[in-house]
Amino acid sequence: MSRRKVTVAVSGLNNIDSPGPGIPVIRGLRESKTFDVRIIGLSYENLEPGIYMEDLVDKTYQIPYPISGTESILERLIYINNKENIDLLIPNFDAELFNFIKLAPYLDKELGIKTMMPDVELFEARHKSELHKFAQKYNILVPMHRTITSKSEIDEISKEYDYPLVIKGKCYDAYVVNSKEEALSSFDKLSNKWGLPIIVQEFVKGGEFNVTAIGDGKGRCIGAVPMRKLYITDKGKAWSGITIDDEELLQLSCSIVEKSKWKGGCEFEYICSEDGRYYLIEMNPRFPAWVYLAVAAGQNHPDALMRLALGEDVKSYEDYQIGKLFIRYSYDQIVDISEFQQIAMYGEK
Amino acid sequence: MEISINKNIVLNDSGFVFNPSTGDSFNTNEIGIYILKSLIAGGSIENILTSLTSEYSVDSDSLERDVEDFITMLRIYKITSVV
Repeated sequence: MSRRKVTVAVSGLNNIDSPGPGIPVIRGLRESKTFDVRIIGLSYENLEPGIYMEDLVDKTYQIPYPISGTESILERLIYINNKENIDLLIPNFDAELFNFIKLAPYLDKELGIKTMMPDVELFEARHKSELHKFAQKYNILVPMHRTITSKSEIDEISKEYDYPLVIKGKCYDAYVVNSKEEALSSFDKLSNKWGLPIIVQEFVKGGEFNVTAIGDGKGRCIGAVPMRKLYITDKGKAWSGITIDDEELLQLSCSIVEKSKWKGGCEFEYICSEDGRYYLIEMNPRFPAWVYLAVAAGQNHPDALMRLALGEDVKSYEDYQIGKLFIRYSYDQIVDISEFQQIAMYGEK
Repeated sequence: MEISINKNIVLNDSGFVFNPSTGDSFNTNEIGIYILKSLIAGGSIENILTSLTSEYSVDSDSLERDVEDFITMLRIYKITSVV
């Protein structure tokens, strides 16, 4: 059966030591049995490795940083769409999602670009600073959690709770701190980099488990695959992981996707405490960088997202292979200066 | 003491053990393989001890202690639980 040709724009091409999900998402899309994809990469920096991966990305355009606002992003997307006629857009950065969610109705109606994202309300509800309320609503355990905007609040927290604690940035980064002094220093680092608020979380000792999942936005969980981190980098990212058989993790995650009517890809991060209870640490509003493990285990979540967004009938996955591992590696791409010049000077390559 | 073993564990003849619930994997020797296979088949600790005593020249106290250590390790790694 011949596959329908579609053009998909994908961001998150920063396949670095703390990778964005763009490249693994593209690998999933390229394995689609329904669609033959042309991939348009959307990049922010000239050195995002995905720009130069010509076997995966057909053409890349730079786009304005999220802070520049929806108008300049829309202007750029209109330019790109006039050249590429995009069918589907899959943003993969937390920080850019707000703008794209805002733009989604216009993109669909005026430019014919489909997306698959939750609405703003749901996107905001699972935010790190709101996680406590979110978890309460869906009856999930979360560690003690405080959202703070000034360093003086660390004084109170130090009196109330024992160290270690976890200090988290608004969107990215987290530090485990063992004293008030370390907490204050982490507050400075994170607020300078990501702004306020800062999130203080109880440190739960235990194994780290993640789940990649996808919802159709109507209360159906299309697929979910749990993974245990086997090797963790100094940035807390999984460098290696394995699919596991854990019904409780699957039920917890699917129940959130179903009850919240989550639309699109997402990732749940849990810690299993020493007494065997799962604590939700974060819910990320996009696929994780390890999503290709789910593809390899039999659930092609990026393809399912593409098919849902483009109006195909998509059945829920019921199974996946247990004991499938991913082992990340680094690889030096050799790039001619002319290729770098192309993206650096013209913003497209 | 009754032991319940996670029936989903994968055990091959070379002694590679995989616990699909946790993602942990281990290597064990032929005695470990024997104990695990016996537990999977529903054997009791008493039967395992009797069988190993007749097979190996070992005093029963040492054997009991070693098997108990092994069972404790299995419990720590969530391969077994005490019923």
